[in-house]
Amino acid sequence: MYKVLRTLALTTFAIAIVIPTAIVALGSFKSDVEVYSKPLALPTNWSFRNYNRLISDGGIFTNFKNSVIVTSFSVVLTLILASMAAFAISRMTNVTGRVLFGLFALGLAIPGQVNIIPIYLLFQRLHLTNSLLGLVLINIATTLPISIFILTSFFRELPKEMFEVSAIDGAGPFQIYRSIALPLSRPAMGATSIFLFVISWNDLLYPLLLVTQSDKKTLPLALLDYRGEYATSFSMIFTAVMVASIPMVVMYLFMQRSFIAGLTAGAVKG
Amino acid sequence: MQKKKSRPDHRVYYWMILPAIFIYAALYLYPAISNLRYSLTRWDGIGTPKFVGLHNFTNMLTNDDLFFKVLGNNVRFSLLVVTLQTAFALFFAIFLVKNTRTTIFLRTLYFFPTILSSVSVAMIWLFLYDPNFGAINVGLKKFGLNSFALNWLGSENSALYAIAFTQIWFHTGQMMVIYIAGLQQIPLELYEAAEVDGASKWQQFKSVTWPMALPTTAVVIAYTTIQSFRAFDLVYAMTQGGPNNSSSILATLIYLTAFNEFRLGYAAAQSILMVITIVILTLVQRRVIRTKYGV
Repeated sequence: MYKVLRTLALTTFAIAIVIPTAIVALGSFKSDVEVYSKPLALPTNWSFRNYNRLISDGGIFTNFKNSVIVTSFSVVLTLILASMAAFAISRMTNVTGRVLFGLFALGLAIPGQVNIIPIYLLFQRLHLTNSLLGLVLINIATTLPISIFILTSFFRELPKEMFEVSAIDGAGPFQIYRSIALPLSRPAMGATSIFLFVISWNDLLYPLLLVTQSDKKTLPLALLDYRGEYATSFSMIFTAVMVASIPMVVMYLFMQRSFIAGLTAGAVKG
Repeated sequence: MQKKKSRPDHRVYYWMILPAIFIYAALYLYPAISNLRYSLTRWDGIGTPKFVGLHNFTNMLTNDDLFFKVLGNNVRFSLLVVTLQTAFALFFAIFLVKNTRTTIFLRTLYFFPTILSSVSVAMIWLFLYDPNFGAINVGLKKFGLNSFALNWLGSENSALYAIAFTQIWFHTGQMMVIYIAGLQQIPLELYEAAEVDGASKWQQFKSVTWPMALPTTAVVIAYTTIQSFRAFDLVYAMTQGGPNNSSSILATLIYLTAFNEFRLGYAAAQSILMVITIVILTLVQRRVIRTKYGV
């Protein structure tokens, strides 16, 4: 009885994930007629027609490039700023350290989404709308709290003796950070970077808020446009979904464990 | 000696925190504070904001059916997602708690939707929910269940639930992984003892798994609640809150009030009430979990 229930439940959920995925992946190689009549069948003849059309219609390369630029700068800069701050906070023994930590923790309590109006107005005044730099900056600002939170709790667990020995050898705090803390924190930094990578690559809200120019749009925002443009053509929409998802899916296939660890750390600590 | 050493160290620490605190304060804390200021104004975004005191708030609380409709939507959406997603996540975690090749494969598969963007997920489900050629209705019709083949996203009665279901599909795997980590901490002896006593699987769940997993449940529920309030991307990409605001949640209402109706002051006030709602919900949850289960 238990075994039957278990198998039934596990199979159902597996099917619920495999079927939609297969529809999208196969559909990107099909014509619309085929997508609608036999969504799950293999394409009668595999064709890259949709991909060619998507490329020749323009934009997608630019969108892809924008996503790569915004995501990589956001992740790297957030990691640098957050790890420095987290290291300093974890080493500070006075009240200020705790106050600063509390200040960042405050950011975890307020979801960034409620600040869209002042953020929009501020970025407009700073001429940071329709700008990749603007997207990078807002990503950094909104992900610093969670990153600092994860990394501070990691640094606090490191044995203090390691730092003290180097301090006796005359190393300054920054040197200790660079040559001891950073190398030791590779697992935590890895988990955080995957977490940040997924957030930034998939984000719709801030690009929607801050970007209207089509040559500055990132993939999720462009995907919304394709939905309008190819309203009745799901084969084209599926092709765009494939282009937007493939980098993430490939990375997931190669680093499942790190992905699961990273995204779970973000959830639990957040 | 010790004291002398720590002073200059602290100066370096301040420098190391400075860049982070600067960006965070300028682009996160400052907007959060100016949001309070905007919430006291009437403003179309072009002229100068006109100070109206608490008028936005009194108007919203006494005279705005739409706000309460959307608040109700959000509460229903959150309750549904939190209950079902937590239940499913625990259910699958129990089935997959042991590390074998099959369970690891299934965990990886179930977690997979988590890495997709909300917009991609929305596009997939727009197709599945399509009233005419979507896989769901085609399937239902094949089994002769024509009367169940609804216009899922196009009808006021079902749109919100259809999106909630998509959200559950999207994030159950992530919560399941958190549960698995929690369940693997439960000492196996407890189950062995229960088995010796002749306890059934259900009794084992009631007397061992559920009480031992309560701290994890608290984490999962807290996170899922916040996540359900953040479902802006999914709702915006699937229905933009329609039809007739039936699937709107607070986050999409704020966006549309500000950028489709150009009532920025009013939208700021809505977002302040959203923060208050979230804070109240979080506190209530914590209190319930603490008093009821002593976690």
